[in-house]
Amino acid sequence: METSRTTRIVLMIYGIGIIAFLYLPLVSVAFASVSKARYLTFPIRRYSTGWFTDALASKEVHMLAMTSLKIAVIVTILSMIIGFFGALAFARYQWRYRSLFQKLVLLPIFFPQTVLGLALLMWFNSLGIIPSWKTAIVAHLVWIAPIATLIVAIRAYSFDPALEEAARDMGASTPVILREITLPLLMPGIVAAGLFSFLLSWGNFPLSLFTTGADSTLPEWLYAKMVSGYSPLVPTLGILSVIGSFVIIIAAFAGLALYRVLRPQK
Amino acid sequence: MKRLDSKLGALSSLPMLAVLALAFIAPLGLVAVFSIMPEKVFSIFNMPNFAAFKTMAEQGYYKSLLWSLFMAFAATTILFVICWPLAYGMAKVFKRFALVIIIAVVTSLFVSENIRLFGWVLTLMKGGLFEGYLRHWTGVGFESPLYNVGIIIFGIVYVYLPFMLFPLAQGISMVPEDARQAARDLGATRWQVLTQIDLPLAAPGIMVGYLLTFVLAAGAMAEAKILGGRAVIVIADDIQTAFTYGQNWSLGAALSMVLIVLIGTLAIYGIAKIDLDKIMGRG
Repeated sequence: METSRTTRIVLMIYGIGIIAFLYLPLVSVAFASVSKARYLTFPIRRYSTGWFTDALASKEVHMLAMTSLKIAVIVTILSMIIGFFGALAFARYQWRYRSLFQKLVLLPIFFPQTVLGLALLMWFNSLGIIPSWKTAIVAHLVWIAPIATLIVAIRAYSFDPALEEAARDMGASTPVILREITLPLLMPGIVAAGLFSFLLSWGNFPLSLFTTGADSTLPEWLYAKMVSGYSPLVPTLGILSVIGSFVIIIAAFAGLALYRVLRPQK
Repeated sequence: MKRLDSKLGALSSLPMLAVLALAFIAPLGLVAVFSIMPEKVFSIFNMPNFAAFKTMAEQGYYKSLLWSLFMAFAATTILFVICWPLAYGMAKVFKRFALVIIIAVVTSLFVSENIRLFGWVLTLMKGGLFEGYLRHWTGVGFESPLYNVGIIIFGIVYVYLPFMLFPLAQGISMVPEDARQAARDLGATRWQVLTQIDLPLAAPGIMVGYLLTFVLAAGAMAEAKILGGRAVIVIADDIQTAFTYGQNWSLGAALSMVLIVLIGTLAIYGIAKIDLDKIMGRG
């Protein structure tokens, strides 16, 4: 059905409106982060980058960022591994409990994270494990590894099993096939899953809140300051964290483009 | 080949299953056991009773549950209405522009939810981005719309928009163009195409969108705390208080169980109806 030009333009304007709606609060945070005043009001009268200098020099901020970073990096690596194998079970192999497995993988995504975080806190406590940034990794994994699995699975669905069968007919063993055929073919999905995992772990708050124990992540610190004891560092750290995420996305795209250019032609 | 496939499938599922068993199913089982323990104990080796459920009923905790469900329902319905036109555009009208929207929306997801909600506080508060500049330019201000039920629903709509948008767009893209064309040729009006072709055929996507947003919104807490300023206590907040300040694990577990059973039933029912191979693998 042909859509009229007017409809198309109206829909596009609507789309731009929705995007503006999604990003408007970040504009406010960005403005607030360069206000000189200790107690923020708009319009901003004096601009300053002082809070950025303060934030970057602060020992506490370094600690928070390091904790967030440690968790995110380990969650990313583990999610890529679990997601790779999970996606094979999800989309590639026909096995008896596949449909059950698919549904089980979805459940944690459809689950309130606050409740999951508290349940994990009780669970660690009962096992005699003291919560720290290490237990937060486990908590993040429950939610992020299924998402990584889904992302790799999208790639695995569009993959031709005949390639693996041909290799097997020529005498390749299962580990060799996985390493030489399956892994390279799924690599774009695995990289995307890794990117998602990192960013979702970096920004996660509800799971971290209950499972990091004495260690604290950036989103936790921001939340604590938002709810009580406002600090001018809140918008500044918020924006720094956003800039960090965007740098990672851009770096990932640049890395991917570079890989395409430099990849040895076969 | 069949036997090898089933062996490899089972083996590859193991890492994921290990995580789920140890960090999802076991903790939830523990919550279930704690919910029938006497109140204020921290070990499961006690005689089970249902004291926590009794407290829950007597002390009016159903109010926060009802608030959570009501706000989740309101937000989900609003989301459906505002996301449908855009999802339709993404699936049927835009070409390259659909990719721009997808990237813009996904990127926004990577910013911590709290920072985005806090941005709305800065935007809407008295002396915030809107009111501050309006008063500066015109001399007329307005009262802050923050700290009430409406703004919490607004926050939920804002945070969960992508979770409605993407399933809807996926659902609409599964409506065959031939069916819509045929209906138009046979003289159906736009409204008839929408209600008799688009909506029924996009039903799987609509259902996933509704389910995902409702389930996530019912367990949401940050919107009520950051934007709502505790105008309403939501169920997730009550659960957190019971576990932490209240030091009453049984009560927290009982409250969690009510939410888990409610949401779990909806989620399992919905997930069971979805043909994942069809949605993700396109046939």
